Amino acid sequence: MLAFKLAFKNLMGAGLRTWLNVFVLSLALFMIVFQSGVIEGWNRQAKRDMINWEVGGGEYWHELYDPYDPLSLNDGHGNLPAEIGQLCRDGQAVPVLVTQASVYPEGRMRNILMKGIDPSQNIIQMPTADLKVDSAVINALIGTRMAKATRLGMGDLVTIRWRDANGTFDAAEIRIAGIFHTNVPEIDNNQVWVSLDNLQKMTGIGDQVTYIILKQGLISVPTVPGWIHKGYDSLFMEIDTIIKAKGVGGIVVYIILLSLALLAVFDTQVLTIFRRQKEIGTYVALGMTRWQVVWLFTVEGAMHSILSVIAAAVWGTPILYMVAKKGFGMPKGIEGYGLTIAEKIFPAYAAGTIITMTLIILITTTIVSFIPSRKIAGMKPTEALRGKIQ
Amino acid sequence: MNNSEIINVKDLTKRFPMGLSEFTALSGINLTFSKGEFSGVVGPSGSGKTTLLNIIGLLDNPSDGDAIILGNSSKDLSPGKAALMRRRHMGFIFQTYNLLPVYTVFENTEFPLLLLKMTSGEREKAVHEALEWVGLTDKIKSRPAQLSGGECQRVAIARAMVKHPEIVLADEPTANLDADNSHHILKTMEKLNNELKTTFIFATHDDKVISYLKRKITLIDGKVSHDETVKQ
Repeated sequence: MLAFKLAFKNLMGAGLRTWLNVFVLSLALFMIVFQSGVIEGWNRQAKRDMINWEVGGGEYWHELYDPYDPLSLNDGHGNLPAEIGQLCRDGQAVPVLVTQASVYPEGRMRNILMKGIDPSQNIIQMPTADLKVDSAVINALIGTRMAKATRLGMGDLVTIRWRDANGTFDAAEIRIAGIFHTNVPEIDNNQVWVSLDNLQKMTGIGDQVTYIILKQGLISVPTVPGWIHKGYDSLFMEIDTIIKAKGVGGIVVYIILLSLALLAVFDTQVLTIFRRQKEIGTYVALGMTRWQVVWLFTVEGAMHSILSVIAAAVWGTPILYMVAKKGFGMPKGIEGYGLTIAEKIFPAYAAGTIITMTLIILITTTIVSFIPSRKIAGMKPTEALRGKIQ
Repeated sequence: MNNSEIINVKDLTKRFPMGLSEFTALSGINLTFSKGEFSGVVGPSGSGKTTLLNIIGLLDNPSDGDAIILGNSSKDLSPGKAALMRRRHMGFIFQTYNLLPVYTVFENTEFPLLLLKMTSGEREKAVHEALEWVGLTDKIKSRPAQLSGGECQRVAIARAMVKHPEIVLADEPTANLDADNSHHILKTMEKLNNELKTTFIFATHDDKVISYLKRKITLIDGKVSHDETVKQ
């Protein structure tokens, strides 16, 4: 207890030197908490957007369907099984049919996926009601990324070509009846959405579908032969991998930030011990053992971290709170990166991360304070008193 | 060792390594100090005064011989036990005061008592008493940087005396002070020696200090050349 009291007194007495170290450490802690908050916020937001816009409460995939294998689209569809058909009729699920197609905006060909969905669905947030408009032409829905890439606008007509079930090419004009904005590129990039009925007629494959989106909160899902249930673990695998990679990248940044801050503390300790040799000798002359003095200087160094946590809480908390409330703007054009990421991320600060980082800073600061302080144990008090140790 | 003897230095030799050879700072010193002495080790620079004081103060070890302090042989004392001896029984006064710069006069004086784990009430009483001895009760909240050299040395005396040690070792205590301050300091120490029977041992070559000593031990080239009791 005495060491803590004396160390605090000495730190306060050191003035600006102490506060510079405290500020650097608190800045490191703030940046680490902020960055991990941004990553966690992105993680939560991306998953929330995916649930709302793409995957609902999970999906059933036809056993031959593989979104990463275009060849699987020829065979990756089948008739809606009875168990799931009932869910669809009850508004608990919505089927989607996927086929390859090409569009020709401004006379240039673009390979796309044409997806058919029930216009009256309310399982995902896509404004499929726009597909209901009664018209001689096929109404289509595209996302803002697709609209930007193809320079298509509301009401534009564009030729679309596809193969039917017999492998015959067919073509028609579709009209852009709606353009939706979503943070989920997987339902936007190079995709045209039409009504499921239209697509089934266009392809001539009857009532077949490729995958089914389930409603959020559906507790029990039946096992259906020929169809594979995809839960969040599977559907979020890609975003989890990206977040994990970002997390690893974040750890590298944390290590760099923390190393810089710890280097400042280490340098201060080395300089302090060199400059305060007479004081060290005096402590020993007054009756402290050399290890008591080592402990005093270690506590003094470690106390930087305690003060930095308090300082970070004082100046950092309002900033973190404000950013969490107002969001953190992502760079323009981020939607073109192909990641599920919003224009604004609302950081989510995990208590576990803050506690862990605080403990890491406390422990590492104590270690880097102890390393130079150890030298005191080997000092001759008579030389320390004369300030002659080099 | 008779009852009043508190320090017994026997055949003490201290050598320091100097490159490949050795420098002998003290050679075959035999001295005893009794309780309540007001004595000084005098001699020119490099004669071994500070080295002798450091060994008596258990801050350094003899190369040969022994220093028996309050019945404890310096050879048998571990660094921890030596620290405990200094903490309980010794006070130090240095040429450059060696006050802790961030502490106030009160806190500097209180420091030895903190190490003795005294209660705050006991500490406060003892610190006030010590600061009264040296006449610094009005500077209790000042820091060393706000004090004159003489005042700093008075704080150092209060710090050395606050725990009522048996031995006070003062190494060139007046070297940085003018004549008036030197006499003031010396009178204070003389008074404390008379009242508390604390043993004072000085290392000095200052004539002002020498004029106050009751016993003068002259060291030349690491050997005792004279050991005389001064008639007052």
